[in-house]
Amino acid sequence: MTILLAKENVEEKVAMRDAYCQTLIELAEKDDRIVALDADLMNSMGMVPFQKKYPERMFNCGIQEANMIGVAAGLSATGKVPYAHSFATFATRRCLDQVFMSAAYAKLNVRIIGSDPGVTASFNGGTHMPFEDLGIMRGIPEITVLEPTDSIMIRDLVKQLADAYGVFYVRLLRRNAIKIYEEGSRFEIGKAVQLREGKDATILATGLCVAESLEAAKILAARGISVRVLNVFTLKPIDREAVIRCAAETGAMVTAENHNIINGLGSAVAEVLVENIPVPMERIGVQDLFGEVGPIAYLKERFELTAADIVKRVEKAIARKPQAKAKTPRRRAAKAAATNTK
Amino acid sequence: MIDREKIRELERFATQIRLETMQAFRALGFGHVGGAMSIVETLAVLYGAVMKFDPKNPHWEHRDWLVMSKGHAGPALYAALALKGFFPASELLTLNQAKTRLPSHCDRNKTPGVDMTTGSLAQGMSTALGVALGHRLSGQKNYTYLILGDGECDEGQVWEGALFAGHRRLSNLIAFIDYNKKQLDGYTSDICELGDLAGKFAQFNWFAQDIAGDNIGQIYAAIEKAKAQQERPSMIVLNTVKGKGCTFAEKTLLNHHMTFTREQADEAIAVLEAELKGGATQ
Repeated sequence: MTILLAKENVEEKVAMRDAYCQTLIELAEKDDRIVALDADLMNSMGMVPFQKKYPERMFNCGIQEANMIGVAAGLSATGKVPYAHSFATFATRRCLDQVFMSAAYAKLNVRIIGSDPGVTASFNGGTHMPFEDLGIMRGIPEITVLEPTDSIMIRDLVKQLADAYGVFYVRLLRRNAIKIYEEGSRFEIGKAVQLREGKDATILATGLCVAESLEAAKILAARGISVRVLNVFTLKPIDREAVIRCAAETGAMVTAENHNIINGLGSAVAEVLVENIPVPMERIGVQDLFGEVGPIAYLKERFELTAADIVKRVEKAIARKPQAKAKTPRRRAAKAAATNTK
Repeated sequence: MIDREKIRELERFATQIRLETMQAFRALGFGHVGGAMSIVETLAVLYGAVMKFDPKNPHWEHRDWLVMSKGHAGPALYAALALKGFFPASELLTLNQAKTRLPSHCDRNKTPGVDMTTGSLAQGMSTALGVALGHRLSGQKNYTYLILGDGECDEGQVWEGALFAGHRRLSNLIAFIDYNKKQLDGYTSDICELGDLAGKFAQFNWFAQDIAGDNIGQIYAAIEKAKAQQERPSMIVLNTVKGKGCTFAEKTLLNHHMTFTREQADEAIAVLEAELKGGATQ
């Protein structure tokens, strides 16, 4: 793992979908096993350049997610390396049994790309807004669940997956992400990435909550609270070692995800904590609600996914630490700092 | 065409498959008897005269593939595979036992010669299409055979696959529907009428045939016809009898999965053994 952090967390110039498509084209040039499938969302996913270059290796199945997953599994049985895309709602809910049996139970080799995670489904509204996809996939044995953070990471992961074997669910923003990493970063599936050091609490974040968490850490730093931030881009297998180590070193944990707090990152981390090192924990995420239509900025506020929401939860987690309950000076200092900034 | 002698040989192979399958069921006292028995003649033709395979190298890359989408017919497939030397016939008696390589539904990771994991109905349709597509993409000349149940055709995924294969003219796919007219809860005509299945697939741009599914000569001829055209995926609708050749199952209405007595199994096996002997003396 080689991590180069971006100096500034600003919106990237390249859209995630274009980074994905470009990487697949580069892979396909060298590797004739690479094939792509879609269920009538090729244009939305920006896969037309791939189709133009490799028409015989792009299978637009029509609006048939169940069939698409089975076809992908069958292709992989003959040695092909399929990347199958639909919106995250349809790539998980709609074809769960096919992912389970045709791909995972059969121990075949399929990459499933689910786009428009959580609030980024935005103007497509609640019907298209997946707050459950990570949880659905996490329940399938032996599957790997990933949520790449920016274009640098998606490029690296798509390349790594070409030579990996198994069933992989990749939850992918289609639009421009906030830049977190620099060119040259190499990620290790299953290993969380520490983005910021801190000692009072740890935020474990995924997807668009990574940038919000870094912002929250800055706000908290101004209040005298030192917060560690990790990007947990692999939900399964969860990085148990990092979770346990951060809990031991900081004593308070906050998860942040653009997903239901049930079954997603919050649940995965809670499972590790409760079995190993129970410490105060708070979960930022959708509080078991259905999605709704609106601009992303509105939805982030509506579902409490902003830096300000994260700040509040971190303070709450810290306040629940045993030493905080004993009214240590640190807590009072933190409280004073919080009051001062208002 | 195949000659009378070959037909007789395949009929005998079919009886052997039935006998081995019934012996495995007898050891358990229950099983998916109906649908295992109705597909036996097709398995006999495929493994006895049509498919390319190497029992010593089950993953031979130029082999023909079989996807048994009606995965509950696994026991009949296992019997065919054992008789062809993929594994010892004695292993058939381990059906459904702890740590067996022969689970009730087909599993590509467990059984030598089983090409695809099936059990959740209709999924074999799509995985078979993927296999056929993969081989076409690689320029391989082998065929993918697919066996669907009739009740299975209630599933929407079958028709997704029917559209997909017709559109892509997957002529290296030869599919069968075991149209034994019954599903778990009774007659297909009472539960969800399937009607003219061959006609429906023809409408979906398949080369569709409708034959007597327990007639060795007709099955072989239909496969030959399917291979003679290179334009479309093939569907061969097999008009069959659920429980065929098993005395007690044929007489029972609800024979999808059934329990039976030792005496019933013994009787069915005795009839099959007599059939084999009769064949030998002819």
